[in-house]
Amino acid sequence: MSEVAKEVAGDVADEADSAPKQMNMIQAINSALDVMMARDPDVIVMGEDVGFFGGVFRATAGLQAKYGKNRVFDTPITECGIIGVAVGMGAYGLRPVPEIQFADYIYPALDQLVSEAARLRYRSAGEFIAPMTVRSPFGGGIFGGQTHSQSPEGIFTHVSGMKTVIPSTPYDAKGLLIAAIEDNDPTLFFEPKRIYNGPFDGHYDRPAKSWAGHADAQVPEGYYKIPLGKARTVREGGALTILCYGTMVHVVVNTIADAGVDAEIIDLRTLVPLDIEAIEASVKKTGRCLIVHEATRTGGFGAELSAQVQERCFHHLEAPIERVTGFDTPYPHSLEWAYFPGPIRIREAMTKILKD
Amino acid sequence: MAERHHSGNEAGRNLPPLSLHVPEPHFRPGDEADFSTFDIPAADAAPRPDETAAASDMRDMAYGLVRVLDEDGQAVGNWNPNLPPETLLRMLRAMALTRAFDERMFRAQRQGKTSFYMKCTGEEAVAVAAAMALDRDDMCFPSYRQQGLLIARDWSIVDMMNQIYSNKADRMRGRQLPIMYSVREAGFFSISGNLTTQYPQAVGWAMASAARGDTRIAATWCGEGSTAEGDFHSACTFASVYRAPVIMNVVNNQWAISSFSGFAGAEATTFAARAVGYGIAGLRIDGNDALAVYAATRWAADRARSNAGPTLIEHFTYRVEGHSTSDDPGQYRSADEGSHWPLGDPIARLKQHCIGLGIWDEERHTAMDAELATMVKDAAREAEKNGILGHGMHQPFETMFEDVFEEMPWHLREQLQQAIDEKKAAGI
Repeated sequence: MSEVAKEVAGDVADEADSAPKQMNMIQAINSALDVMMARDPDVIVMGEDVGFFGGVFRATAGLQAKYGKNRVFDTPITECGIIGVAVGMGAYGLRPVPEIQFADYIYPALDQLVSEAARLRYRSAGEFIAPMTVRSPFGGGIFGGQTHSQSPEGIFTHVSGMKTVIPSTPYDAKGLLIAAIEDNDPTLFFEPKRIYNGPFDGHYDRPAKSWAGHADAQVPEGYYKIPLGKARTVREGGALTILCYGTMVHVVVNTIADAGVDAEIIDLRTLVPLDIEAIEASVKKTGRCLIVHEATRTGGFGAELSAQVQERCFHHLEAPIERVTGFDTPYPHSLEWAYFPGPIRIREAMTKILKD
Repeated sequence: MAERHHSGNEAGRNLPPLSLHVPEPHFRPGDEADFSTFDIPAADAAPRPDETAAASDMRDMAYGLVRVLDEDGQAVGNWNPNLPPETLLRMLRAMALTRAFDERMFRAQRQGKTSFYMKCTGEEAVAVAAAMALDRDDMCFPSYRQQGLLIARDWSIVDMMNQIYSNKADRMRGRQLPIMYSVREAGFFSISGNLTTQYPQAVGWAMASAARGDTRIAATWCGEGSTAEGDFHSACTFASVYRAPVIMNVVNNQWAISSFSGFAGAEATTFAARAVGYGIAGLRIDGNDALAVYAATRWAADRARSNAGPTLIEHFTYRVEGHSTSDDPGQYRSADEGSHWPLGDPIARLKQHCIGLGIWDEERHTAMDAELATMVKDAAREAEKNGILGHGMHQPFETMFEDVFEEMPWHLREQLQQAIDEKKAAGI
């Protein structure tokens, strides 16, 4: 557990049942669901294959046996239906946690998310709310081709009334997911599936690492939460600020270590609401900013970050803001590693930012 | 010019050319409407299955037409709900009030007091009789033409008008297009405006009620046109899979703005028949017959309450007026369709029935219409005291930023401050 995380957890954890245990990100997510289902009878879990089988990534394993079919159940293969039903359940008073099996499959649910869940509180002036947390694995690096690799977060950060959360460690995944479930606003919880089983340094040709022994894989078994809208300073540094989230946090950590760059790394954790204070303070300190995400570039969340930094830190900037992103192409299957914004692209961008 | 990829029949294969069928309604402006070819079964012809009958044993119901009131206004057949006089008269009054309300609000829009209105003329029975057959705490997920639900549940018409005027008493704080009500207290879900999104939501509400061992059921409405939306089919699948205690109503009023029901598939089959493919009970009923609507809704409610599953009800009716105040149906359909509609007018038919029973007469009806006209006029005056659309800002502009989230995040607080600064700079 990082120092920042410990500090945050200390505020809200029930220390009595917070003994840490080694968990990968799947286990941490499963634990968050377990903790919340035990605490709150209104929490229900549904989605394709999440029931008896426990999900294609096993994130809901064991929950149906423990909490019953009325609270954990498989659904028909219609994402529109899954989210529409979750809106109705929320109106009834439940707190649904639907799973969309891959973020690439979320588009049939777009109208129910954008026009319904995200606007329900506003349009009914608070008579009805949609307190749902939509879990969905996202991102590439697993040879998933164009339909199992996308990072659609920028589509949702553009929508008013919806929160977007992306964890980068098992510890954060659990604490953020609990906070998202307790939150009364609809929240998208995108899980970086490349790092479900271990952090990824960006070198696809090296042996995969597991979370074993990683400080942020020590996860309390009980209840704790990490507030939405608070970024995590992964590493303090003076040369430049790197804004990133999800899988890219680990790629960045490894790349700057290899390059010997004293970067300050900010893991955003929540894109909406954004921790603008952390971003502003860091960029004003370093005077240089690199934004890294796996999603396509044009109109991506990096564009928003770039605009925010420019508006707030212009007079502190010593170099143009750079973005390292996926290319504006579909995610190619065999050329995955040419597409992925890995160490080479990040190093090039840092060189550009640091050259003067 | 960009290269085109469609393949032509350059090879000239020796086969007859394919042709595309684009539906065309029977009558267009200038045509005389003639519905004499309509197959209208006798009022007492439809069998009434047991509420718990297997959907597979009642598929014929999806192709028939449940009716109660015959051509003489007599209640006949298996579906006659045998309602007591006070219920009949309450139903008649709620339908008449709905029509009077529509008249007044349509006029208010034409007078520039609001931006938009939608009447339900000819479809009053669909909502009013359904509301009376449901329990007061059953949850309704309406589309935009079921104002009769609120009126039948005795919701304040001044409150509805406040919403239409987007005035300072509008509980929706001026955020929604007129008639997109939300009345939690009356079991009336917030109307979206996006079509048929309420269908899976109603199923979800019903599933939650069932999962909790509650006794309340859900009901939802959409037009025949929007049965084409994916949400409709998602909802039917979910309702079937989980046997959700929900009533799904398709109000087949023949027209979706200018597109006749053929563009939703009516040339090929009925809308009630959608239920057959999903293994759901399907009823096709005369939507202009308040007693048939009441009887079918009660049948479906009893079915849902006994865990026998959902029902899809097609209400066969006719949209007498334009789609909305922004629509001119004279541009695309025959002007006399409404007056030739073979299933008549729902209010006139229930009135005739009540007169036939000796519990009502023309004088009382005329007096009631006059009373209701005065009532809505007075209500409108009352509502107008709270303001009408476009005459000043009825809500503090800060409220624009509220309720986006439960707590206003920094970026909205910042934008609110920007708006305050802009006004200050402009001297407002």
